[in-house]
Amino acid sequence: MEAASVAVRRKQRRASGLSESRLGAAMMAPSLIVMGLVAAFPIGYAVWLSLNEYSVRVEGLSRFVGFDNYSEALWGDTSSEFWDAFKNTFIFTGISVSIELVLGIAFALAMHQAFRGRALLRATVLVPWAVLTFGTGLLWRSIFEPNLGFWPSFLETLGLPGADALWYGEDGYAMATIIFADVWKTAPFMALLILAGLQVIPEDVYDAAKVDGASVWQRFTRITLPLLRPAILVALLFRTLDALRVFDLPFALTQGSNGTTTLSLHAYNELTRNRLIGEGSALAVLTFVVVMVVSFLYIRFVGGNIRAMAGDE
Amino acid sequence: MSPSKRAQERRRQILLWVAVVLIMLFCLFPFYWLINISLKTGPDLSSADFFPPNPSLDNYDSIFEDSNFTKALRNSVIVAGVTTIIALVIGSFAGYALARLRFRFKFILLAIILSVTTFPPIAIAAPLYKFWTDLDIYDTLYGLIPPFLAFTLPLTIYVLASFFKEIPRDLSEAALVDGATHFQAFRKVVMPLAAPGLVTAGLLTFIWAWNEFLLAITLTSSPDARPVPPALAFFTGSQQFEVPLGTIAAALVVVTVPLVVLVLIFQKRIVAGLTAGAVKG
Repeated sequence: MEAASVAVRRKQRRASGLSESRLGAAMMAPSLIVMGLVAAFPIGYAVWLSLNEYSVRVEGLSRFVGFDNYSEALWGDTSSEFWDAFKNTFIFTGISVSIELVLGIAFALAMHQAFRGRALLRATVLVPWAVLTFGTGLLWRSIFEPNLGFWPSFLETLGLPGADALWYGEDGYAMATIIFADVWKTAPFMALLILAGLQVIPEDVYDAAKVDGASVWQRFTRITLPLLRPAILVALLFRTLDALRVFDLPFALTQGSNGTTTLSLHAYNELTRNRLIGEGSALAVLTFVVVMVVSFLYIRFVGGNIRAMAGDE
Repeated sequence: MSPSKRAQERRRQILLWVAVVLIMLFCLFPFYWLINISLKTGPDLSSADFFPPNPSLDNYDSIFEDSNFTKALRNSVIVAGVTTIIALVIGSFAGYALARLRFRFKFILLAIILSVTTFPPIAIAAPLYKFWTDLDIYDTLYGLIPPFLAFTLPLTIYVLASFFKEIPRDLSEAALVDGATHFQAFRKVVMPLAAPGLVTAGLLTFIWAWNEFLLAITLTSSPDARPVPPALAFFTGSQQFEVPLGTIAAALVVVTVPLVVLVLIFQKRIVAGLTAGAVKG
């Protein structure tokens, strides 16, 4: 019976034209072609652009200069701009992702409890996620706006410092506004990923710990956190890679002023405002390299299980 | 229940409700402030009143009279809609192949696809600007669709593959035994069952394309091709020399509310998509 059906199937498969592996290749092809042509090839071309110098006066005139644009960006006269952007990007990423992680865990723990209105809470946290990122920047600008904004008047009412500051236009404060906006927009996303991790922890582990007399805090640190590790690591990776490429929020809130120019924004300014195609491309490629190096280090040293996740596909 | 247990339970309840109220305020209050501003006009726009003293819909009227805004809305719907449809079609092919078919280099292909998610859009902006100018599709709606596809396909494929894997293998095997080809099994048996996955992947793709800003502002230069996010950056409103805070707020409310409604209706599907694969590891 078994053997007969296998034989029949083989015959039919031969009759049906495409073999499984050919069909696999054919079904992968359209996606791979699009990603190859519109993502991979342009990045390769950006590398080529970055190895040339372009005339500002004569359009289309260029000459090969090797790694000059890179050495200029990394240790030339204007290299401080790159290193400032580098520093700003990592400050932004470090602070906002850390806050998002703490808030994300707290939100997830609340959303995991059984209570009436839980569905409403879970729906509510999706609201910030649905707002345009660029729009989030404008929204928070309106909250920090002098006179009109909620935040300055809130600080004034409570007599707290900072009420007179122009939040999105002063050193230090400007970075804070971008972090506020990013935390608002993405902490809920973090919470949803961590909540999904919480939901797969079996309840009887906690029951056993209760019987053994573990306190709430002990249960959290000895059971919940270790078992959440995989979900937390994935969420951290997603958020870190996004944060390193941040562009929309500083563009909307501060236009990169007062120590908020990030790597992407710096490259964008060189490319579009200053029309420096060679140097701008070098900066864009450096941004790409930074993201790649961070994701490589992360997967290599922190998240072994992320490889396992991709491996089970 | 002993009295101390009951007291502990009550404390837990109070703590939980405080947390819930704080989370809701955190998520909703900034959006409320936006609505608040959008209903203010004239001198009210320089005061931080909690409620608009003279609520008016003037800002909403003025954005819908602004053809740049209505064009941007139309552009965004077209670009995000077409991107979503194409991504679902070709992404479901790739997702099915990855989930069900045996072929060589599968793991490497998956790794390559996932690595596209780490590409910074800024790194392809300048080359695409040049190519699109040469091809004469700079500043057109068509020009935005290919890069949007390239960036949304990894997610679409990943979400769909994880949905296809949940569909029992026996069903497609049965179709094969009955003489169907692999492609017929995919199209007639697996696809109809994967409808929830398509909704999820489609929503995530649509929202990504609706949201994209860097490529949209680099590859367009006129209101005829500009989608909503870059159009907001060029918003000048009716009054010159004055940041039109009221109209910007109204425009933001108009472009956000449909998405919020969509997200609330399909809440479960979206959460399933966002967390697909994130907990298996």
